[in-house]
Amino acid sequence: MGEFTVHRVRFFHYMPSGICAMAFNRRTERLAVARTDGSVELYSRTDHFFQEKVVPGRQQRSIQALCWVGKRLFGAGLSGEIAEFDLDNLRLKFSQDAYGGPIWSIVCNPQGTHLAAGCEDGTVKLFEILEDQIRFERNMGGQKGRIISLAWHSSGTKIAAGMIDMIKVFDLDSGNAVQRLLVERGSRMQQSQECVVWSVLFLSDIIVSGDSAGKVKMWDVNTGTLIKNHQVTEWDVLTLSVSQDETSLFAGTSEGTVVQFQLLDVVLGQEEKEWVRTRTFKNHTHDVIALAEADTVIISGGMDTQLVVRPLLDKLDFKSRDSSLLKILFPQRSLVSCAKKAGLLLFQYPTHLELWLKTCPSVHLMCLFPVRLGLQGEDHVCCSAVAPCGEWIAYSTTSGIRLYRLQRDNKNVSITKVPKLPKVLRHAHQLCFSPDSSHLYGTTSSAVHVVALTSAGCKFEHSLKPNSCVDSDGKFLASANSNSEIHIYNMHKLKAHCTVPVYRSGVSAMGIHPETNNLVIVHADHQIFEFSIEQMQYTDWSRRVQKEGLHHVWLERDTPVINVTFNPQNPNHVILHDSYMFCIIDQSLPLPDRKSQFHNQLTLKSLPEAERLKHSHAFKECKLYQPLLCVDMLENQSLVVVERPLLDITTNLPAPVRQKKFAT
Amino acid sequence: MVESSEVRVVRCGGSRINVAAPVISVDSRFLLCASGDLVKVFSTSTEEWVHVLQGHTNVVTGITLNPANQLQVYSSSADGTVRLWDFTDGILIKTFVIGYPIATLLVSNKHEGILFLVVPAKDNSNSECLQLVAAHVPKTLEQEVEVRELSSVLPNISPNPRAVGFGREGEYIASAEGLKLIVYFFRDQKPYRFNLSKSTKKGAKNTFTCVSCHPKDDCVATGHEDGKIRLWRNFNQKKEYTYTTLHWHHSVVNTLCFTPEGTTLLSGGIESVLVQWQYDRNSKYILPRLGGSITHISVSADGSLFTTSHSDNKITVIQSNLKVSAVIQGLVKGEAVHTDLVIDPRSKALVLNGKPGHLQFYSLQRDKQLYNLDIVQQEYIYQEGLDQYEVVKAAFDAHGSCLATVEERGKKLSDTEITLKFWDYNETAQRYTLTCQKVFCAVWISTLNILYFSSFVLNTTVMTPHDNRITSMCFFPTAETTMVVTTARDGCFKAWLLGQESDTEKQGTDGPSWSCDFVGRYHDLQPTNCCFSADGSLLAVSFQEVITIWNPETWELLTTLCQPPGNIKDLCFGRLSCSRYLLATTTKNMLCCWNLLTCSLEWSTSIAVTLLKADPLSENMAVFTLQKEQTDLFVFKPCEPRPLFTQNALCVGEVQRAIFVPREEPLDNCDESSLWLNRSQLYCLTENMDLLAFTTKIEDDSLISRKLVCNLTLIVFEKHIKRVSCSIFCLVTINPVCHLLPTQAVIDDSVAVTPFYLLLGKHRQREQEMCGLPVTEQQGRAQLPQGSVAVREVRSRVPWKCLVMVYSTRSRVVLLLIFVCVCVCVCVCVLFYTFSCYTRRLMSCPQRPSYATCL
Repeated sequence: MGEFTVHRVRFFHYMPSGICAMAFNRRTERLAVARTDGSVELYSRTDHFFQEKVVPGRQQRSIQALCWVGKRLFGAGLSGEIAEFDLDNLRLKFSQDAYGGPIWSIVCNPQGTHLAAGCEDGTVKLFEILEDQIRFERNMGGQKGRIISLAWHSSGTKIAAGMIDMIKVFDLDSGNAVQRLLVERGSRMQQSQECVVWSVLFLSDIIVSGDSAGKVKMWDVNTGTLIKNHQVTEWDVLTLSVSQDETSLFAGTSEGTVVQFQLLDVVLGQEEKEWVRTRTFKNHTHDVIALAEADTVIISGGMDTQLVVRPLLDKLDFKSRDSSLLKILFPQRSLVSCAKKAGLLLFQYPTHLELWLKTCPSVHLMCLFPVRLGLQGEDHVCCSAVAPCGEWIAYSTTSGIRLYRLQRDNKNVSITKVPKLPKVLRHAHQLCFSPDSSHLYGTTSSAVHVVALTSAGCKFEHSLKPNSCVDSDGKFLASANSNSEIHIYNMHKLKAHCTVPVYRSGVSAMGIHPETNNLVIVHADHQIFEFSIEQMQYTDWSRRVQKEGLHHVWLERDTPVINVTFNPQNPNHVILHDSYMFCIIDQSLPLPDRKSQFHNQLTLKSLPEAERLKHSHAFKECKLYQPLLCVDMLENQSLVVVERPLLDITTNLPAPVRQKKFAT
Repeated sequence: MVESSEVRVVRCGGSRINVAAPVISVDSRFLLCASGDLVKVFSTSTEEWVHVLQGHTNVVTGITLNPANQLQVYSSSADGTVRLWDFTDGILIKTFVIGYPIATLLVSNKHEGILFLVVPAKDNSNSECLQLVAAHVPKTLEQEVEVRELSSVLPNISPNPRAVGFGREGEYIASAEGLKLIVYFFRDQKPYRFNLSKSTKKGAKNTFTCVSCHPKDDCVATGHEDGKIRLWRNFNQKKEYTYTTLHWHHSVVNTLCFTPEGTTLLSGGIESVLVQWQYDRNSKYILPRLGGSITHISVSADGSLFTTSHSDNKITVIQSNLKVSAVIQGLVKGEAVHTDLVIDPRSKALVLNGKPGHLQFYSLQRDKQLYNLDIVQQEYIYQEGLDQYEVVKAAFDAHGSCLATVEERGKKLSDTEITLKFWDYNETAQRYTLTCQKVFCAVWISTLNILYFSSFVLNTTVMTPHDNRITSMCFFPTAETTMVVTTARDGCFKAWLLGQESDTEKQGTDGPSWSCDFVGRYHDLQPTNCCFSADGSLLAVSFQEVITIWNPETWELLTTLCQPPGNIKDLCFGRLSCSRYLLATTTKNMLCCWNLLTCSLEWSTSIAVTLLKADPLSENMAVFTLQKEQTDLFVFKPCEPRPLFTQNALCVGEVQRAIFVPREEPLDNCDESSLWLNRSQLYCLTENMDLLAFTTKIEDDSLISRKLVCNLTLIVFEKHIKRVSCSIFCLVTINPVCHLLPTQAVIDDSVAVTPFYLLLGKHRQREQEMCGLPVTEQQGRAQLPQGSVAVREVRSRVPWKCLVMVYSTRSRVVLLLIFVCVCVCVCVCVLFYTFSCYTRRLMSCPQRPSYATCL
């Protein structure tokens, strides 16, 4: 399959941030995940938890709670503001101060007309949701003691508020607290510590609370008495989640476990039912802070930064890709851009960029030294790109795009900011340079903007509509949007060329072959298409792939393909990579049939030369480097592999709670 | 050939009592357990064997109370019958003949008149495959009923009796086999099956090991190989079933049991820890260090008592607050008996491997373990795969004042560790401790649960006495010299001698110690066996094919005997009139007899001998042979060509160990076939670890009847004596020997005088021996039958032979005095007690004046 010089890069200190809130929208089947750096990620459940959109974070923004109202997403945090996210333009739509100190929790009522926010000052503030803003309606409560958690009854007339050492039930008509449920403190050492009700749920006839004494308690709504008490852990129960039919309940604890409770018949076939603790899942090493249940799966996230999607096997009918455990740790987009000609690497951190230059080109190992670009303002980087020639660097935040020019003479590097960027280009979801580095393409939700770059400065050329994923060779530009529509533009004529038929799954990566002008599209469900731009139809190879079908091992991979590149030496080679492998597809070889062995490199090695050809197939996987953030080909037949060892991430996490281990 | 009708082979106790789960009677007073082909009834408070339900002809596999009448019990057996007993009186009520060997028996309140049995599947010839059948019991008045109506309920049942259980008042039955759990609902007649994968990525082993169902809720608890317990719920759904996992055990969960109210779940496994789980809470209590891995747990009907059966053949009775209240200990059997069967000459107890690293002293007469002697003196860790020390050899000297033991560890030669230990019987330091919490019972009944702590004191420890495994060890047979000879695979035999007092005084130690006296070799051959002649003048050591005869005083090699082919397996000298003969068996199936006077082969015969044993009190020799998987026994005298006794097809498989146990009182049986049993009794241990005894018919019958009578009377006594006992306890603990005395005194008034006679008689005899007659003890005892007829008469009236067993070197007069003391005390106490009762009753009377007048 050819040999490459591999530059193994391990100095990209990418650090994912912890998950602090989650909300699942059952109507649109979208999961919103808030991280500690203030960013919000949107995952599509129907597309096997493909990360569709990312709203970049901002310094000093912390999100404590997320709440879907219809298709609108609200968030609130310790800054004391309630904000709505603009999911089209991937930024804040508005934010409004609640004037109650830090907000710990927001919920919306089942009708979707009001928002309730639990504040530090002990009040529950009600907001009316209007068309494009929210309006304060009234206060409830008002005694000392912060409100940590909130839950709205399905009738919409009562709110349960978890506080310190107690739960209060408010009546919405009168605005008064109708019940006070006292939560006892933990035993032994914790007697002096106050008991925080971290999470509360309001089911049709019971209130469920999870507290810092490690207990899950079921309370009767009418009498306010304790029905059942489950000691789940010695540490805290941080979050609760209930299924839609209210027969199953999950609790996330500080130990990293997720405990399931089920409402089961005490005696089969009779009315009497009881909440019974059933299964325990342990997929996290740290606190489980957020939980969401989506019919057949339970999604958990916490301090250890990974999103775990655990299928509930009793609700699945047959074994499929959905019935396996999914762990999402790395971003499903590329944070590294590579200048192929110049041998430059640009690493994108939330608050700064790092540029690594290759100073002595003859040596195999990249001998680089970093250039840091500090950011102005509080916004985090949304996207970044480096031009193939290595002269231009561009990045975008939600507030603006910045373009830098890089000048190298011998060993001195100077970076100058290019002033006067066109006003149209205020914010971009994706940035891309043309292969000859003469143009910069930036995409917004509505259009692709083209900026011509000259040594003197830059000039806005044109806006092409409409558009997220961008790839271009000199002549054509392809852009895909979140509805998985792909538009192809002819850059010479500066007009739309054609569109690619829409496929049901989102586009995770694509690339235009520099020689044949074929567009290779990889979707989130791992289907591969090859579209001939010139002929405006799928190529024969693509039709063959669709006809014969891809191998099930390939289709069952759990991380989507991030990047598509091509081998300049061999036009038949397409290089794809996801977080755990990179794969070279040789289009001249036959496709693997369903029964054949997919990972056959080892068996091929043992076979004699003559037989090898007979058994080899198009897919060659390499799992030598893990986990991967970027794989790219440089000009001189060398491969750049950017790794981020898991151990480095886990050592940078805070220490988990102490647990007794057997035989220690 | 001699008719062998008079000689019986009986399974003399020592059978496994942990095969089936024990049952506690409704009033919690009795505990029933299967023991071989018997069902034994024990008292839960005194641990004493009350009576026995005898009738099955094969191993009893299950016992359950009759749900219709709680005073009756069903027992199932591999002989294909189910029997119904009245266990309070020990009467067989009915016998149901099923016709198939029964593995497990289950009954339920809901299914009256139906017995659920696990029997081999009919269509399948191999016995591996079992099925659960329901047997409808016909209502007839006949004693023996044949049950023909068998309807199959479930196929593929695990042979493990703990893997089947009734749920919620008999609504369903749960059975686990391999990786499958089946729940069968009787109402819907519908089974639900649940499968687990064999193992997971994290190394869980999911094979089911046991099942228990919650008595009230629909919840099934299953135990698994990796120590997990799963609580299954919603199991009437194909898909939406669910389970909770409890995990404390680190290896296999052997057994599970819900308490009758369903508030707690008990589990036990190899760790020998009883775990009590709270059913609806996530908390547990544990009771550790129970001694052996737990095989069964059962709970009394009111939930106040738990019993656990252990792999070391023990049943522990535990109160619901997790306090051990009683221990019933059978003959401990590990996987193998490494030590030969040995008789302790002092206590007449059978000595063999006991608990790991212990020697057990087991009273054959009482079928009860006396105590365990810790040989290894290291903590035993209950975990699989650990290489532990094991006692492999034990030998007593003629008086029982010295014990030599060998322990070894390590399977490979390179890491074998061998230790030879010498123990002294220490009279002064001997402490008797009564562990029974009801001491009064211990005094009045013979249920003494005595631990003879440090009755043997370690004298010398020899680390690595030989470079390789020790193959045999024997003591010098007479009391004049204390010498031990050991042979080992490193090619030499060593003689160990107890040092002189004078030597050790110089060194300042507290007593003489053992040291190596002589190392003998012969042509670099490996010694296999050693044996002293009866008078100790010759030592025979076999070196593979050659037998060498040594003089133990001068260590001179006298002669060699050889009869190839085949290595020597067993070696023994003839006794008494046949002492000129030396017998040996070889691996090439030869039995040879040499005449030591001529040093020539007297006779030899080709016979597949597995074991050769000599009777220490007579000329008789016993030979066990293996033919066609069956063991035959021949008893013969070396000088006579005709065998005295032949027993064909004694048992299936090889006899592993055997021993002649000297009788306390020789029989004067004139029947020719059982003449050889007069002086001593033959015991043998089969491949299945059953202890078999050869008895005569008359002896057998009298023994059982006597035992039953005295046990019953004693149980009645138990209740009345509670208060008096305290004072007696003080007395008893003062003197270490008198614990055995009151037994007879209470049972039979007329016997109260007899021990005096007996003891005096024995004492005089001993005095005569001491005076001048240089008779060995063996001969002295052999003379006993010729002694006074009166003594024998007295003995036959003594119901328990324990009394005679007391061989303390103390003066019998002391014994006598103390006994008188005890008797007087008892009388006084009884009087005092009755008087105090009387006075109290009077005190409570409203009319005071009458009290005065009464006085």
